[in-house]
Amino acid sequence: MFEKKHCRSLIDILDFSPEEIQDLLVTANDIIAHPEAYSECCHGKKLATLFFEPSTRTRLSFEAAMYELGGHVLGFSEAQSSSASKGESVADTARVVSCYADIIAMRHPKEGAALVASMNASVPVINAGDGGHLHPTQTLADLLTIYREKGGFENLNVGLCGDLKFGRTVHSLINALSRYPGLKLWLISPEELKLPSYVKKELLQEKNIHYVQTTDLEGCMPELEILYMTRVQKERFFNEEDYLRLKDSYILTPEKLHNARADLCIMHPLPRVNEISVAIDDDPRACYFKQVLYGKYMRMALILKLLKEAGTL
Amino acid sequence: MNIDAIANGIVIDHITAGRGMQLYELLGLEKLDCSVALIKNVHSEKLGKKDIIKIDSDIPVNFDVIGYVDPGVSINIIRDGALVEKRSIEMPEYLTNVIFCKNPRCITSTEQELKQVFRLTDRVNKVYRCIYCETKANT
Repeated sequence: MFEKKHCRSLIDILDFSPEEIQDLLVTANDIIAHPEAYSECCHGKKLATLFFEPSTRTRLSFEAAMYELGGHVLGFSEAQSSSASKGESVADTARVVSCYADIIAMRHPKEGAALVASMNASVPVINAGDGGHLHPTQTLADLLTIYREKGGFENLNVGLCGDLKFGRTVHSLINALSRYPGLKLWLISPEELKLPSYVKKELLQEKNIHYVQTTDLEGCMPELEILYMTRVQKERFFNEEDYLRLKDSYILTPEKLHNARADLCIMHPLPRVNEISVAIDDDPRACYFKQVLYGKYMRMALILKLLKEAGTL
Repeated sequence: MNIDAIANGIVIDHITAGRGMQLYELLGLEKLDCSVALIKNVHSEKLGKKDIIKIDSDIPVNFDVIGYVDPGVSINIIRDGALVEKRSIEMPEYLTNVIFCKNPRCITSTEQELKQVFRLTDRVNKVYRCIYCETKANT
């Protein structure tokens, strides 16, 4: 009864092949077109949302996804209300929760926590963010947004702007897009928040991906088909002075879009603070709220895939 | 300089000069009761200079540690004074509890009962990364 069984999990976006991601995109599109066909797919199934650090949007997205599949949700939204506050390890939490739920979505402030959970759980584990490291379901949301707005992933001109050092969504997105041909990247950030050199060396240079590193957002604007803005995250800094100095490095305003393409797709993983002016929200090129919605559909598709592979559905 | 031949044990030969002590420490050889010789800067036709470790006991040796520190070494297994096995060592795919992650954001920094596992991600440049947080090991 307590024998550990191996379950497919999603810890890193690279755990899935491009073909598997394509299948998820097809499923998500079908859910968007025929939501009623999926409303009872997970009847009687339970998703545990283990959020050791607060993330209202991601947690609600997972919960909404499971409810829309007809399933149930249990869990906690901060470490203080979990047994972690009593000193329980992530491994033990994963083993215990496996007895209660069919699938786990976990966010944790420490890098690698979701991997530890997946190595110990007997149900699938979805990494809902492990510190500044990986956030694959955000990447799935980003990919569906790009897929629906641009029709595919080949020959894209993508600008990534803001915190490229600690921004895990950026690293995951680069990883995912690097598997498609013709990608060109503009890496727009202050000096202190540049993409880490190992990502450039081991990912961009080894795969021969064309990239431009710059501090000038407006200068590269005409080239871009996608502009992915990020927030400078206070929680990733050990030193508050550094955060205060860098937080307003890039603020996207309507004026800065004067030379942007008409078909530009402006994305942001949210929450936004002030890096995208609210004056842009009504611009048809603003896609960040659609991105939120698409995130829910991709999480639905993901839950279905992992439960099917685990033999639970 | 003469070091006695060993009867039963292991000779770790062709260690890059200067890495013998690191290997000695990582293998925990200071804890052994048997004779252990660490010979530094021995003349070598192949390397110019090399280090050698001789262990005069048939103890289990962590070959992953040797492959991590110096993958070019050769291992000679000695039985009854004769060479019975000679093997070359490659860098291991995984290193478990040999080196430790120094990233304060890594899960291993707070959950210290976890095994410290590093994966070889770049054989040419000898890069190992923590499997949990992908931080590069200091080599």
